[in-house]
Amino acid sequence: MDALDGNAIAGLLHNVFSSEMTTATGTCATCGSASVVGELMVYLQAPGTVVRCPVCGNIMMVFVRRKGMTCVDLTGLAHMAA
Amino acid sequence: MSSVSRGFRGRRRDVGGEEGRVPPGQYVTQDFPVLSAGPTPHTPHDQWSFSVEGAITPRTWTWEEFRSLPSETVTADIHCVTRWSKLDTVWEGVSLDTLLGQADRGGMFVMAHCDGGYTTNLPAQDVLGGQAWVAFGYGGQPLPPEHGGPARLLVPHLYFWKSAKWVRRLLLLDHDMPGFWETYGYHNYGDPWREQRYSGD
Ligand SMILES: [Zn+2]
Repeated sequence: MDALDGNAIAGLLHNVFSSEMTTATGTCATCGSASVVGELMVYLQAPGTVVRCPVCGNIMMVFVRRKGMTCVDLTGLAHMAA
Repeated sequence: MSSVSRGFRGRRRDVGGEEGRVPPGQYVTQDFPVLSAGPTPHTPHDQWSFSVEGAITPRTWTWEEFRSLPSETVTADIHCVTRWSKLDTVWEGVSLDTLLGQADRGGMFVMAHCDGGYTTNLPAQDVLGGQAWVAFGYGGQPLPPEHGGPARLLVPHLYFWKSAKWVRRLLLLDHDMPGFWETYGYHNYGDPWREQRYSGD
């Protein structure tokens, strides 16, 4: 199935980081590519939300919502700069 | 090629109705939603193979060899952790009893590895005894890539994230390890009738 772009998780990221993140730049921990959050590949139609690097396809972020809390895994993200 | 029809349905089933066939917290859908955590792989048959390895005599089948194994038609109700259930889905696949053989696998675990890097873990006892298949057909047609084709795991008695799409390799282990969603807090076992959605449920 086709990925959505990073704008699809604007609200989710705003909740997690408490600021507007779609124009921030995320650096992939796997390949080192820096991508604007709005350009990331987002898979929402899964048990959780999976965000992948548009260059190498590896997972940068995973969000799982559970009982009103969002669990966040950013181990695929080297860093994020607003 | 043998073809056996099995009625494999959720327990507590009432004949003819949906009553008792839908686990708690689920609703019935006529659609077949596509759920995926990544891009859909399109592995051509001539580049596809299926392997069993780990604590088992390693074995690899080409597509042709895999398709020449005995297969079965399976009618099953499936239950996704995102709360949809689909009743009377019809699959064609090779039983894991055929792929893993007759040896006693008590106390062992299976890690399914897929194209795209997805993994999921299951107790070996849950994939033997006519409970699990590597399915290559759906509704009388080849399994479409968006639903896991060329072939996916089919384990209807557990939540459907355990029925890994694009499965290529089963690793037999003497210990349990969490797969992809299990690492992120989804239940290690995933029984829809006990509503085991998240770890601790
Ligand atoms: Zn990358």
